[in-house]
Amino acid sequence: MSAYYEFFSQALEMVVALAAAPLLTGWVNQCRSWLQNKTAPSLFQPHRMLHKLFTKEAVIAETASPLFRLEPYIIFGCMTLACGIIPTLSTSLPLSPAADAIALVGLLALGRVFLALAAMDIGTAFGTLGARREMFVAFLAEPALLMVLFSVSLITRSTSLTAIVYDLTHRPLAIYPSLAFAGIAFTMVLLAENARIPVDNPATHLELTMIHEAMILEHSGRNLALMEWSASLKLYAYLCLGITIFFPWGIPDTGHPFGLILALPILAAKLAVGGILIALIETASAKLRIFRVPEFLAMAFLLAVVGMLVHFLLGA
Amino acid sequence: MADLRLMDCIFGVAVGWLAIGICGLLLIRHTRFVARVLFPLSALVGCVLGFAGIVSTFGQIQTSLLPIGLPNLPFHVRIDNLSSYFLFVQGIVTTGVSLFSAGYFSREEDTPAGLICLEYHLCIASIVLLLIADDAYAFLFAWEIMSLTATALVVAHHKDPEVRYAGYLYFLIAHIGAFCLLFCFGLLGINTDDYAFASIRLQRPDLMVGSFIFFLALFGFGAKAGFLPLHIWLPEAHPAAPSPISALMSAFILKTGIYGILRVSLDLLPIQVWWWGGIALAIGLATALFGVVLSAVQTDMKRLLAYSSIENIGLILAGIGLSILFKAYGMYALAALSLTAALFHVASHAAFKSLLFVGTGSVLHSTGERNLGRLGGLMRFMPWTAWAALIGSLAASGLPPLGGFVSEWLLLQSFLLTPGLPNSFLNMLIPIATATIVLVGALAAYVMVKFFGVIYLGQPREQKLNDAHDAGVWERIGFSWLVIACVGLGLFPVHVVQALDRVTHLLLGDGIGNAVAASGWLQLVPDTSERASYMPVVFLVVLLACCIVAYLLVRHVYHVKTRRSGPWACGFPIMNARMQDTAEGFGQPIRHVFGPFFRMERTLPSAFDKKPVYKIKIEDPLWAWFYRPIAAITEFVSSIVGLIQQRRIAVYLLYTFLTLMFLLLVINQ
Repeated sequence: MSAYYEFFSQALEMVVALAAAPLLTGWVNQCRSWLQNKTAPSLFQPHRMLHKLFTKEAVIAETASPLFRLEPYIIFGCMTLACGIIPTLSTSLPLSPAADAIALVGLLALGRVFLALAAMDIGTAFGTLGARREMFVAFLAEPALLMVLFSVSLITRSTSLTAIVYDLTHRPLAIYPSLAFAGIAFTMVLLAENARIPVDNPATHLELTMIHEAMILEHSGRNLALMEWSASLKLYAYLCLGITIFFPWGIPDTGHPFGLILALPILAAKLAVGGILIALIETASAKLRIFRVPEFLAMAFLLAVVGMLVHFLLGA
Repeated sequence: MADLRLMDCIFGVAVGWLAIGICGLLLIRHTRFVARVLFPLSALVGCVLGFAGIVSTFGQIQTSLLPIGLPNLPFHVRIDNLSSYFLFVQGIVTTGVSLFSAGYFSREEDTPAGLICLEYHLCIASIVLLLIADDAYAFLFAWEIMSLTATALVVAHHKDPEVRYAGYLYFLIAHIGAFCLLFCFGLLGINTDDYAFASIRLQRPDLMVGSFIFFLALFGFGAKAGFLPLHIWLPEAHPAAPSPISALMSAFILKTGIYGILRVSLDLLPIQVWWWGGIALAIGLATALFGVVLSAVQTDMKRLLAYSSIENIGLILAGIGLSILFKAYGMYALAALSLTAALFHVASHAAFKSLLFVGTGSVLHSTGERNLGRLGGLMRFMPWTAWAALIGSLAASGLPPLGGFVSEWLLLQSFLLTPGLPNSFLNMLIPIATATIVLVGALAAYVMVKFFGVIYLGQPREQKLNDAHDAGVWERIGFSWLVIACVGLGLFPVHVVQALDRVTHLLLGDGIGNAVAASGWLQLVPDTSERASYMPVVFLVVLLACCIVAYLLVRHVYHVKTRRSGPWACGFPIMNARMQDTAEGFGQPIRHVFGPFFRMERTLPSAFDKKPVYKIKIEDPLWAWFYRPIAAITEFVSSIVGLIQQRRIAVYLLYTFLTLMFLLLVINQ
C-alpha cells in the first residue's frame, strides 16, 4: 500500500506545484503592490494571464529553428520535474533516489541553457543580449547555489534532498553557523535566478536593464504562456528548496494521507511568508547596474564558500 | 583459451591498423578509395578494439613478449585493467572519428588522403602499443612514434605558415616532455637491468627519488596532456590540424598523458605522498579554471574547443590528485571514488569533445570559416551537424542526463564524502577546491552556450552561409556513433563504473563497485543510497514524460493556430544579422570579470571617427609570464656562449689545448 501512497504523494506534489506556482507569483505581486501603496491585482491574475495566452494564436519568427518550438516544452518539463524532486509534502518520494541536490542544480541549469539557446535562435539583438546576461548571472549564481547545498549536505552527510529533510527534522534543534552564511547566500541566489530586483526587474521591458524579459520577447501565445508558467514554477521551486534546507519542520516522513493533508497548509503558510519576504526585499532595494551584478553574486558565492569553510573549521 | 584470444585480438587490431595505413600509402592517389574503403575498415577495427577493451577490463592480467625490439631486449607487453579501459575508450572514439574521416578526407587537399591515412593509422597503432607496453623502452618507443605521427598530422595543411608554426610548437613541447620522461624512466629503472615494468614495480625508491620521479612524470606527461603552463601548444595545434585529427588529439592523444601519470604514480611507484596529490590537485584546478576562462573569450571555434580541452584535462588531473591525496592518508574508498570520477571523465570527455571537433570539421568544409564572427544560423542549413553539436555541447556543459554530468557528480561526491582529512590545512582547502570545480562547471555551460549559439543559432552573419550544405552520409554516421557514446555514457554510467571498479582495485586496492552493484544497473550510488544516488534513465524518462504530457495537453486543450512572421524585436524596424552578439560580445562579461587572466590590447573608436574601427587582441598571458622570459634567457645564454665561438680554427685548437692542460692538471693532483 505504501508504494501507492508514495506515487500518489509524488503526483500530488507535482500537481500542487503546477497549480500553486502562478498563485505564488500572484501573491508576491499582490504583496508588492500593497507595500508600494498600489491597488493589488487579484491573486488569480497570473492564472487568467496564462489562460489568455494559451487561447491566443502563436506567432513564431520565420528565422526560428525547431529548437525554438521545442524549447518551451523542455523548460516546462525541467521545471515541473524540479518541483517533483524537491520534497515539499513528503520525504518518501519515488523520484528522490533518481536525482539528488546536484542533479537538481543540473536540471535547473539544463532549463537555463535551453532558455538561452532559444533566445539566441531568432537572431535579434535583444535575444542574444538576454542570453548573454542570463548566462553571465548564472555562472556565479549556480556555483553559489551548489555551495549552499553542499554546506547543508556536509551537516546531514547526504546530498539527497529527502535525506536532508529527514535528517534535519530528526535531530535536536541547534544553530549551525554555516547555515547562517548559506541562508544569506541562498536568498541572494534566489533573487538573481528568478529575475527579481536587485538583479533584474520582472515588471519592465527596458532594454538597458532586462535579462529574463529580453529572452522571452519573441515568444507569444502558448509558447509565452509556457515560459511564464515555467518562470513561476522556478520561483516556486526555489522557495521550496529554501524551505527544504532551512525550515524543513512540518514535512511529514511518509506519504500517509493524514500527513499529506496536514502538510499542505503548513507548506502554504511557509510559502506565503516567503512571498512576503521577497516582496519586502524587492520593495526595499533598488535595481543594480548590470556590472554591479557580478559583485552581488560574487558576494553570494563567497558567503556560500565561507559557510562551507566554517563547517570545516567548527565541525558544524 | 578465451584470455589468450583477447591478447591476440588486440595485437590484431594494431597490426590491422598498420596494414590499413600501408595500404593507404600504396594507394596514395586513390583518394576516394582511401576515404570510402580504408577509413570505414579502420572504424570496424576500432569497434573490435573497443569490444576487446571492455571485455578485458573485466578479465585477468595477461603478459607476453613481442619478438621485436632491441637484441636481448624484446618488447614486454601486458594488458591489465587500466590499459584495457584506455583501449576501450580509444576503440570507441577511433571508430567514430574514422567513420567521420571517411567523409571528411574524400576530397583532395594539401596532403594526399593516402598519406594522412598512413600517419593516422600509425598514430593510433602506436597508441595501442603504448597502452600495452610493459617496459620503459617499448613505452618510450611508442610514445615517440605517437608524437612524430601526430606532428605530421598537425601539419597536414603545411602550405600555411601558421600551421607549420603550430606543428613546430607541438613538436618542441612534446620533446621537452619526452626528455623529462627519459629521466623519469631512467630513475625508475635505475637498479633494474631490463627496464621492464615488472622489475620496476619491485623497486623501493626513497622519498627524494620518488618525488623526483613523480614530478618528472607530471611535467613530462603534462606536456602531452596540456597542464598549465605546458598547454601552450594546444590552442595552436588544434585549429591547425584537420578536424578529425583535432578530435583524435583532444579525445585521445591528450589522454595518453593521463594514462602515463596514472601508470607511473599509482602503479610503478610504490609510495604516494600527500603533498604530491595536493600539488597535482592545485595544478589541475588552476588548469581547469584557466582553460575555461580563456575558452570563453575565444573567437575561433577550434581554439575555443582547445581551451575547453585544457579545462577538462585540468578536471581529470584534479581527480587524480585528490585520489593520490586520499591514498596517501589511507582512505582507499575515497581515493577509488575520485579516481573513478577522473577515469569516467576520460571517457566522457573523449566522447563529447571528439563529437564537437568533428562537428567543426563539417562546418569548416561547408563554409570555409573557423571564425565565430562570420558564422551563425547554421542550424537551418546543417540540421544533422547542429543537433549532434547540441548533444555534444550539452554533455560538455556537464548537464544531466549526459556523460559530462556523471563525472562531475562523482567528483563532487568524493569531495562531499570526505569525513575530514588528518591535515587541518588541507581540510580548509576542500571547500575552495569544491568551489573552483563548481565554478568551472558553470563557466563551461557559458562557453558551450556561446559556442553553439553563435555558430548554429541566430541569423547567418555572412551571405555565403546561405549556401552551406549539411554533412555527408559518412560524417552523419560518425556523428551518430559519437552521439550514442555521449548519451550512453550518461544514461548507463553504472556499467562503466563497474569496469572502473576493476581498474581502481588494480591501482588502489579498493573500488566502489560493490556499492554500485548492490543498487542495480539503474541507480548510481557511490557509497550508500541514503547519502547520494542518481538514476539517469529515470531522470530522462520522467523529464521526457513531463515534456510530452505538456505538449499533448497544450495541443488538445488549447488548439490554436501558429503563424510565421518576421521577428518582433521590440518593434524596432531595422534589425540585421550584424546586430546579434558576436563571439567577442558574448565573451565580453567574462573579459570584464576575469581581467587579470588575459593580456588584452584594445583600440576603441572615438565618436568622431569617419570609419570607426574596434580592435581587440587577447593573448594567453603564459606567453608573457613564462615563455617569452624563457626564450629571452635562452637567447641571452646562447649569446654569451657565442662569445667563445670565434670561427677560426686556431682558436678552437687553443681551446682543445687549454682543456688538455686543465685535465692533466686535475689528474696530476
